Amino acid sequence: MKKYLSDASVVFSRSLLLALQNPVWIIISLMQPILYLTLFGPVLEAVSHAPGFPPGDSWRVFVPGLLVQLGIFGAAFVGFGMIAEWRAGVIERMLVAPMRPTALLGGLVARDVLVVTLQGALLTGLSFLFGLRISPEAFLVALLLIALLAASFASLSYGAALLVKNENALAPMVNSLALPILLLSGILLPMSLAPEWLQVVSDFNPIKHVVNGLRAAFRGDALSTSTLIAFVIACVIAVLSVLAGARAMKNLAN
Amino acid sequence: MRDQLQVRSEPSTKTSGRSGTKWMMRANGLEKSFMNRSGVTEAVRGISFDVREGEIVGFLGPNGAGKSVTMKMLTTLLKPGEGTASVAGFDLHTQQTSIRRHIGYVSQRGSTSDEARAGDEIVWQARLYGMSRSEAKKRGRDLFAALDLAGQWESRCSDLSGGQRRRVDIAMGLIHQPELVFMDEPTTGLDPQSRANLWDHIRKLRDDFGTTLFLTTHYMDEADALCDRILIIDHGRIVGQGTPAQLRSSIAGDTISLTLRTNSDASGAAGIAKTIATTEPMINGNLVQMQVENGPARLPELVKRLNETSIDAIAIEVASPTLDDVFLSLTGRSLRD
Repeated sequence: MKKYLSDASVVFSRSLLLALQNPVWIIISLMQPILYLTLFGPVLEAVSHAPGFPPGDSWRVFVPGLLVQLGIFGAAFVGFGMIAEWRAGVIERMLVAPMRPTALLGGLVARDVLVVTLQGALLTGLSFLFGLRISPEAFLVALLLIALLAASFASLSYGAALLVKNENALAPMVNSLALPILLLSGILLPMSLAPEWLQVVSDFNPIKHVVNGLRAAFRGDALSTSTLIAFVIACVIAVLSVLAGARAMKNLAN
Repeated sequence: MRDQLQVRSEPSTKTSGRSGTKWMMRANGLEKSFMNRSGVTEAVRGISFDVREGEIVGFLGPNGAGKSVTMKMLTTLLKPGEGTASVAGFDLHTQQTSIRRHIGYVSQRGSTSDEARAGDEIVWQARLYGMSRSEAKKRGRDLFAALDLAGQWESRCSDLSGGQRRRVDIAMGLIHQPELVFMDEPTTGLDPQSRANLWDHIRKLRDDFGTTLFLTTHYMDEADALCDRILIIDHGRIVGQGTPAQLRSSIAGDTISLTLRTNSDASGAAGIAKTIATTEPMINGNLVQMQVENGPARLPELVKRLNETSIDAIAIEVASPTLDDVFLSLTGRSLRD
């Protein structure tokens, strides 16, 4: 276990340092939610009185959606970096060292969770300038949920990358999974505005319940049932995703 | 470097045999197939061989012959479909972690990220072997000095030349002082000067530190220049093995090529050549080729007898057999095909 943690921490510090040396991806993935916040948020303020719009001011509805979007999209593309490193022989040279393949995955995912969670904290702070007001508990809930989502989508992205080992195959895979999840989770506009059939379809999207739980926390019910459900769902997704990523890692030897 | 090596704590079965020969690696019946869309590809179909301590053994064969797959099995990166092996004294199926601690692997793909600094990559890799940061730096800098990379510690890997980057790969593979080093196509893609330079470094590894080397190549000259022993692999099987000299002598002598003025001169010359050749002379237009044992010594006699029948040769060439010829005679194909 000690060796596992020390190996994972080597991978973690390596990938973090390389990301910080070339921070363009960190900036790009943070720019997207900032643009939504500044260029789309004010529009939502105007429609927040429409029938069907959930209670609470529009920022408490909108910012949770942006945070979940950041959790998904900030992590879903990390597999591309993995393919580049595979091609450069980096993955193989690490796997030939006396280290568990899952320590490699663990170190990489830890880096992604840290980066995305810090981005989420920054985004929430920025939202304060626009008039968002939430409790410290709600802030904590937001960071935990975004960390779980980042761990999930980073693991899935790495797993898919190791499966296909080709950028041209990975891009459609990521997009065809992430876009429907995004649209059916009511991230930009709450699903309560949607026609009934669409609401029913979206009930099957686990991410929608994560968004709803975070919105409840932002409204002031940090210990509500829907927040609890959000946690349970996010934990289940994270466990399954990490297992899938670990499996892909171990399957490299077959 | 060698004297710093720690005493092995795991059980080892390396010493074996009454002769006292120490086997660094013994492979027995290794097989590997892959499933793909067009069915099952048998990449390796039963490979067995032994490597002694301190030997440089080369796997020679064309692309797709199964060299890299065999190497990945022996370095624990791929699970063998069938067969057993002992690598650095440890069992391939049950002692993978011990094997990894004792072997180095220089992959065909390289080992470094474009954006990373060469020295950082070395230190990170060393830490995966349990070395402390300061120990890793010291050992890494020593290796860089030995591999003529002294000024490149802070360089970004993308700024290194092809030859330098390949030497960084080798430093990565040596950072934990392995007894057995695997190199997959060590000089592919390098210019001739860098290749010759790298060969010197590889030879030095064995001569100075006694490191056992197992490498793959599809270059005849590389196998000839580096290897004590060569295993020739084709379609997933070993089709021949021996020292470069043994393999060359398995070919029936030197090749003498006669170029003559006319085609009829050629058939006349072939008739004369038959008396000294070990194989039937081959006529191709005005060119006659034959295998002759100890070619240079028999050449004056051939020229004298051609003169007696007043056949003039335009050109005469004597060529000693190359490993290319060996490969051709074993597989029926040239290595360049």
